[in-house]
Amino acid sequence: MTDIAIVDYGMGNLRSVHKALEHVAPNTSVVVTNDPAVVNQAKRVVVPGQGAMPNCMHELKMYGLQDAVIQSAKTKPFLGICIGLQMLFEESEEGHVKGLNILPGKVVHFPAEAMITPEGQKLKVPHMGWNQVYQTIDHPLWEGIAKDARFYFVHSYYVDTPDENSIAAQSQYPFSFTCAVAKDNIFAVQFHPEKSHTAGLTLLRNFSNWTPET
Amino acid sequence: MSLAKRIIPCLDVTDGRVVKGVNFVELRDAGDPVEIARRYNDQGADELTFLDITASSDNRDLILHIIEDVSSQVFIPLTVGGGVRQVEDVRRLLNAGADKVSINTSAVLNPQLVADASGHYGAQCIVVAIDAKRVDSPDDNPRWEVFTHGGRKPTGLEVISWAKKMQELGAGEILLTSMDRDGTKNGFDIPLTRAVSDAVDIPVIASGGVGNLDHLVAGILKGHADAVLAASIFHYGEYTIQQAKQRMAEHGIEVRL
Repeated sequence: MTDIAIVDYGMGNLRSVHKALEHVAPNTSVVVTNDPAVVNQAKRVVVPGQGAMPNCMHELKMYGLQDAVIQSAKTKPFLGICIGLQMLFEESEEGHVKGLNILPGKVVHFPAEAMITPEGQKLKVPHMGWNQVYQTIDHPLWEGIAKDARFYFVHSYYVDTPDENSIAAQSQYPFSFTCAVAKDNIFAVQFHPEKSHTAGLTLLRNFSNWTPET
Repeated sequence: MSLAKRIIPCLDVTDGRVVKGVNFVELRDAGDPVEIARRYNDQGADELTFLDITASSDNRDLILHIIEDVSSQVFIPLTVGGGVRQVEDVRRLLNAGADKVSINTSAVLNPQLVADASGHYGAQCIVVAIDAKRVDSPDDNPRWEVFTHGGRKPTGLEVISWAKKMQELGAGEILLTSMDRDGTKNGFDIPLTRAVSDAVDIPVIASGGVGNLDHLVAGILKGHADAVLAASIFHYGEYTIQQAKQRMAEHGIEVRL
């Protein structure tokens, strides 16, 4: 039986996520799969994603994986990464596409008029590079990670949620935005743990050991 | 506290081997890409860029193995450039483990490639590399022209408008190299870097001419670059990346230490 299924719906490189999980959890079976049955049977599910959210939603449906992803997000340890975080929400400004509607909130673009520092420096979009992740809650997935550790980001859209209880971390660019959410068995991040060296690998290891409270 | 400015060592690859004098002490095999990547990672590199300078197209696929090996063991972002001509090249590099693909000559010959690759895989993984040379201008205002083929072939394209066009077509980042400064160790072309970085909304990586750590500082503070790329000062062991970051931090630049 598969311990960790990485959902492959044809959007970009899943190799790094796969290798990083194998690296931190050498005795577990980690598979990259586009088979809904494998996702349904796995103990844990990771949904990565890069590129444009409309393409991701389209491909997820084309592969027949949408129900398996929704079911996983409701029932077992679930890690969303980048678009895998964004798709959990109601909708995205990007192409005005509907998300999976598992968590309340919208995915919005960094507003051009706000992208300036208090010192008057222009900030670039995509938000690309290592930024500090300020943890706002205690969570098993944060264990062993500094409360302001830097993770690698690359994105132009972020999640805006009214459910403050689900926020697990925020970053600043130049304003505070939600970069991680946690609810029941779901943990999802805007940054890329698979590209974030020690802090990222620690988070992935924590996920591989995580048993959500029921 | 906010986003850190990035330091990116650049590694030249040919026929599946890292070349160009990497000189780490205690390195058993100077050409082993995984070991080199790991060293830079341990020193605190924020990303790694691999540039494929393989002359023969027969051996170009060999870089895929390098990227596969490195991405299985070194978990920081990897950019790969050199010889990218079609969307299929982008796909294969991403599948091998590259996070970003850099397009240079082909962006000039076929700008639609940038749009197609970005449309399919997202702007976040498409870097457009621009080789710029200062050219005389009738009114004495600085003017830079885009060159291809390693700085040998003029294109007639003006750099700043070209960078803006690349952003519009879907580039997520610009890798800007001054061909006048490349290899000189006299520092970045600051007016060029600043003009391009201020003109576009996407991140700009400054490249070409780094000879000491203060050049890196100037690239950020005076050139307004979002990241700095260097090869020789790191390869030949003159400075470590950690030293570079400390110098930048002393000048108030936010870095990931």
